Amino acid sequence: MSAAIEVEGLVKRYGTLAAVDGIEFSVPPGTVFSFLGPNGAGKTTTTEILEGLRHATEGEVRVLGLDPWKEGAALHRRIGVIPQDFRFFEKITPKEAIEYYRALFHTRVDPHALLEQVELADKADARFDTLSGGQKQKLGLALALTNDPEICFLDEPTTGLDPHARRAIWAVIRTLKREGRTVFLTTHYLEEAELLADRVAIIHRGKIIASGSPAEIIRAHGKPARMSVEGSPALAAYLQMNLGASAVVEDGKVSVTLSDKGDALKVLTAIEASGLPWSSFTTTQDTLDDVFVRLVGQMDEGALKTEGTP
Amino acid sequence: MKARHIAADLRIVSRTYLRNPVALFFSLIFPIILITMFGLIFSAVGTGAVTLVVVNEDHNPQGGPTAESSAFLAALNSTSVVNVQLVSVTPQNFSTYLGQNDYSAGLVIPAGFQNDYLNRTPVNLTLYTNPEDASSTGTVVGAVQGVANGFNLRAVCSGTSCAPTIGFTTLNVGSQVYKYIDYLIPGLIGFAILTSPMFSMVDIASSYRKEGIFRQLSLTPITRAEWLTSRIVWYVGLTFVTAGIMIGAGIFLFNAHVQLTLGLIPFLVVGPFFFVSLGMLAGSVAKTPESAALIGNIITFPMMFLSGTFFTVSSMPMGLQEFAHILPLYYVIDGMNQVMLFSNTSRALFDLLVVLIGSVVVFLLAIRLFKWRDE
Repeated sequence: MSAAIEVEGLVKRYGTLAAVDGIEFSVPPGTVFSFLGPNGAGKTTTTEILEGLRHATEGEVRVLGLDPWKEGAALHRRIGVIPQDFRFFEKITPKEAIEYYRALFHTRVDPHALLEQVELADKADARFDTLSGGQKQKLGLALALTNDPEICFLDEPTTGLDPHARRAIWAVIRTLKREGRTVFLTTHYLEEAELLADRVAIIHRGKIIASGSPAEIIRAHGKPARMSVEGSPALAAYLQMNLGASAVVEDGKVSVTLSDKGDALKVLTAIEASGLPWSSFTTTQDTLDDVFVRLVGQMDEGALKTEGTP
Repeated sequence: MKARHIAADLRIVSRTYLRNPVALFFSLIFPIILITMFGLIFSAVGTGAVTLVVVNEDHNPQGGPTAESSAFLAALNSTSVVNVQLVSVTPQNFSTYLGQNDYSAGLVIPAGFQNDYLNRTPVNLTLYTNPEDASSTGTVVGAVQGVANGFNLRAVCSGTSCAPTIGFTTLNVGSQVYKYIDYLIPGLIGFAILTSPMFSMVDIASSYRKEGIFRQLSLTPITRAEWLTSRIVWYVGLTFVTAGIMIGAGIFLFNAHVQLTLGLIPFLVVGPFFFVSLGMLAGSVAKTPESAALIGNIITFPMMFLSGTFFTVSSMPMGLQEFAHILPLYYVIDGMNQVMLFSNTSRALFDLLVVLIGSVVVFLLAIRLFKWRDE
């Protein structure tokens, strides 16, 4: 099956600034693809090019086999979009907004069912300017679904929302995936991407610096798992001698790097066998968040060094 | 262009408008306040010297006016109560001319006036007055009578016959007298046609762009032309309501005399068509809401005062009168004056044509320049 979204050599320049600098990726149908990056990384520019709202400077972009810029009208009938900080006509209610979109798209969607789906049915007759931030985003999501889209573009849909509202949006995204829709999710919440996405691409300074499933990215770019116990330098020396493992002492904690999960049991057995005092063990592993911060930090450092080179 | 899209958007516009108390105040209450205020302030204002339009048929062999007819008109002018204005109209069309151009007094000096006067042969002038305008009729009749008496006396003293030679017949002008309130109604309808769409559309064009609502709409099947058309349809409807309120208030509160003819309808349609499009155009070329408001005000304010809204254009200095002719609202208001007051169809059609052509041009420009996605 051909990809829902295909991007090759995409470049978007504003004057001399390359907001997007030669990126490539593809999104298989029915998957959740998360586009991660710090503010100003090029996420929204890329998303808007995919939605047909911006013209690419260079490169090839296909969404559902269509050129978003030249075939925008046809594409817009098949995609749903919820922008950052969704705004609508202030005096219009969610029910009326869906009726409006229903008439424009000529569909038969039931406003009440759609509002139920995004957990906004109780606010069906409240005016937009009285809705909370989370409720407004939910309406944006409902409108994005009015035309029964094959792809949903969600641009930072949970930014600024409280944890409860965020979880409600996540539930809808999971439902969209179950229904077989493709979801293109832009976010700077790493937890969100890790929880929801099948595949992730991290973009920074207009370039994709890592891509794959969250687990693949962590494996490729994260630090190995570690076990820590509260113990003495003598315990660290014992473990190093008996296990040949790298053990370090820091702030009264002995940390041992684990090369695989079976190592955890060996380390614990050796600690107990040492007869030395120890307490409270923990295991830690890099999250997508750690990897993201490290990759972005490394790139920024590299850029600073390059800029500092005479 | 799909009617379904326009109808769907029209429902949004109407709900947005009807749920906005400020908008409702300016549409329904403000017109009554405006017409009452101006009606009360200006209904008692006097008009000064009465314009007396004259057709002088008494020519010398060289084609110019005869000395005695010129002396008669000079004497009328020197009374300071009438202001003589010579026109070239045939006596047969004179009454209609006076009515269509809103003159309440006219005088015809017949051919042979000088000859008859010098030969002491009775000669009859024809004086047109408007009985509904008692004060100016009295002024004009008094002035003409006085000057005729002076001429007759001079004839008596210098001649042999004592019989008065110059007499006059009074006829009614083929129109009624127009009061300030009569002009105020078309003027204020024009004011509403200008201000309501202009201020609203300039604001919408910039704020919807800033808030991303145009971006949102660009992802739906509605086109810019359909969106703008629904706004035009809404403001046309609103203009009918506002015009109805103003006409009703003018008639019931101030006993205004305006004709409610079907000829008014085209102006209530093309007027909003023009100014909704112009507002959208102004808002589209502006980069920020602040500059949009500035551009809107620069366009709106001269038209608001110089197009015949509160005062007739003919009462303004000549330079401003010429300036008024480049203002689109002038043609809307003048057209409404022609159909509501003077029954001058040909001039109304000309005004309508000017506004219609302007509307089509501005609409097409607005559609072209108003973008709802960043290109």
